[in-house]
Amino acid sequence: MKAVGIILAGGHNNRMKQLSKKRAIPAMPVGGSFRCIDFTLSNMTNSHIQTVAVLTQYNARSLNEHLSSSKWWDFGRKQGGLFLFTPTVTADNSDWYRGTADAIFQNIDYLKKRHEPYVIIANGDCVYKMDYNDLLEYHIAKKADITVACMEMPPEVDVGRYGVVRMNEDSRIVYFEEKPLMATSNTISTGIYVIRRRQLIEILEKSAEEGRFDFVADVVIRYKNVRRIYGYKMNNYWRNIASVEDYFQTNMDFLNPEVREYFFRQEPKVYSKVDDLPPAKYNQGSEVSNSLVSSGCIINGRVEDSVLFKKVFVGNNCVIRNSVILNDVYIGDNTHVENCIVESRETLKANTYYCGEDGVMIVTGNK
Amino acid sequence: MIKKEMIAMLLAGGQGSRLGVLTANVAKPAVAFGGKYRIIDFPLSNCINSGIDTVGVLTQYQPLRLNTHIGIGIPWDLDRNNGGVTVLPPYERSTNSEWYTGTANAIYQNLRYMENYNPEYVLILSGDHIYKMDYEVMLDFHKANQADVTIATMPVPIEEACRFGIVIADENKRIKEFEEKPEHPRSNLASMGIYIFSWKVLREALITMKDQNGCDFGKHIIPYCFENGMRLFAYEFNGYWKDVGTLASYWQANMELIDLIPEFNLYEEYWKIYTKSDTIEPQYVSPEGHVERCIVGEASEIYGRVSGSVIGSNVHIGHGSVVRDSIIMKDTYIGDNVTIDKSIVAENCRIGDGVVLGVGEEVENKLNAGIYSFGLVTIGEDSVLPDKVKVGKNTAISGVTEASDYPDGVLAGGESIIKAGDRG
Repeated sequence: MKAVGIILAGGHNNRMKQLSKKRAIPAMPVGGSFRCIDFTLSNMTNSHIQTVAVLTQYNARSLNEHLSSSKWWDFGRKQGGLFLFTPTVTADNSDWYRGTADAIFQNIDYLKKRHEPYVIIANGDCVYKMDYNDLLEYHIAKKADITVACMEMPPEVDVGRYGVVRMNEDSRIVYFEEKPLMATSNTISTGIYVIRRRQLIEILEKSAEEGRFDFVADVVIRYKNVRRIYGYKMNNYWRNIASVEDYFQTNMDFLNPEVREYFFRQEPKVYSKVDDLPPAKYNQGSEVSNSLVSSGCIINGRVEDSVLFKKVFVGNNCVIRNSVILNDVYIGDNTHVENCIVESRETLKANTYYCGEDGVMIVTGNK
Repeated sequence: MIKKEMIAMLLAGGQGSRLGVLTANVAKPAVAFGGKYRIIDFPLSNCINSGIDTVGVLTQYQPLRLNTHIGIGIPWDLDRNNGGVTVLPPYERSTNSEWYTGTANAIYQNLRYMENYNPEYVLILSGDHIYKMDYEVMLDFHKANQADVTIATMPVPIEEACRFGIVIADENKRIKEFEEKPEHPRSNLASMGIYIFSWKVLREALITMKDQNGCDFGKHIIPYCFENGMRLFAYEFNGYWKDVGTLASYWQANMELIDLIPEFNLYEEYWKIYTKSDTIEPQYVSPEGHVERCIVGEASEIYGRVSGSVIGSNVHIGHGSVVRDSIIMKDTYIGDNVTIDKSIVAENCRIGDGVVLGVGEEVENKLNAGIYSFGLVTIGEDSVLPDKVKVGKNTAISGVTEASDYPDGVLAGGESIIKAGDRG
């Protein structure tokens, strides 16, 4: 393979509200049996990128646990492997990662010791499938210095929270602004980049000297007029999980048969850690409709338009409606849950009522 | 030198011919069970849960599925630097090459494997029972009695004892007598086919009996030990143990898993059962789907009504279809408006639209009444059923069938269609 991978899994966003208390976004459960980072990790392994570094910082315990073995994604080879880089104190550095560029710079030895000519940089908080080889081929064909994978968003989407780009007819990026107040384009950066390894090392060393730490602002945007930065248009499903609403909607997307077909059945597959749970069990009185149910669940009540993650127990006469129930939740008898995200390992007592009145309610803190 | 206190030898070479078309192309230990498992997962999980990390799996009949399932033992944590799982097929020698001719003969042919680990005790297991058992407790019993051989036994109702090998033990559990399927049983302790041997005793017995034709533990080795005055003890096991040797018992054992609180509980944290899962996606039940009293494996898509059934992974059940009291194994596709009653449909089958399985009266099966009974419809793996055919009870179907195989669109009760050849 011609590239090494870097996954930025810093993963904190205030708009995730209470959900970010427990874990970084890349460790958020998605689609019943996956974690957010599984999509990018699987893309890496399916693109035959055998050497991948995951850079973590915020609340990484849950993510570390998920990545404790690299065998699920078929890394752990003699050549290459999965590397987990958290900030460490060294003789000449005791800082946290001060930004995405700094995070990579602090682990620059990883890049220096490799021999692959290119680097693929991706976020750990997006849900998508992509063959990075297509991106790389495009990058080479365009003789680009940096190529940014971009998405055209539908006109009704507010792109103000993304990095917004505009390209010329040759697809060279002529305009790039982070979180613009007034967007002048509907094309956004997906945070997936390809760049030559030596060039990345050179730019990062220079940026560090100048005290610049952010990859987007201090590398991509700063260099856009002096280096050849190109946009590569993606057309497939892509979601970025940055807020409670995104998170809820992304999970609900999996109730759509086309989304399931794309992620669950079409090759290449998405991999995740295997949990050795028994098959789901539906007891007398269970009424499940338009819902996803994961292994280890036991259902005695009614579940509609919902996503049940692993090992959820639903008691007798419960009604679970339009909700996302995370791993290991116990729901006692006669309980009503509607428009909710129930945080993992919660216990909802019997005869209780939870309903998100305007918008999604996060149920947490019931131990 | 490596030294293991106890190693296990798992006999997984048998065909299990009483499972009919289910074992036409796979060894019985590799037959699916309980939605996502295979029968061999139970003894393998028991081994690792009992702290036994060295397991030789003896294969012979149709081993491909078994080999791919076991691999290097990762799902059971049996990928070890020392020990772990080793698949042991029969092999050619410069003289006297032979297949495994009996259970003890198979073990005898692998003396060198056992010698490598220099064990003190050897546990002999078979790969065709569903149970959770702590072999370490049995070993403690073996040691406490300074036994040469310990046989795991299980109390059965005295009226059923005539179907088993019965042991008669004194108050100290030392075995005084054996009876094979006795007409008038004098004890209700049935042998489970699980033995712990002290290594020296086993080695000596196997070498002495090496020229015995079809050397078998129950028929030859145990009687040999007994007649030579060795200390044989009966260890009494009181948990769930199920032989799934016949289609009826296989079906029943699966059905027992869907009880509200099953006697054999897969949902306990303690004593987990491990298996190789290549499918991890969640399952989907559609708005018109209905699932009740079922266990369902990963990534299945259910658009019809399913009750009282065990559904494997990646199964599709189409719109308007009804599945009752049945076992559907992984990767099987069931079309629309299909009705399935009391059937076993093996892996990777395709059931056409409007098919009805399990209609009419029970008629004795003409091919083999001993195998295809109990009113079951049994469909072997990779089979195809064309649209709108009706299939009666006590029937068996295997292979790619076409409308012309069904006179007037019907396979009457007691009939069978066994076709060779692969699906195109």
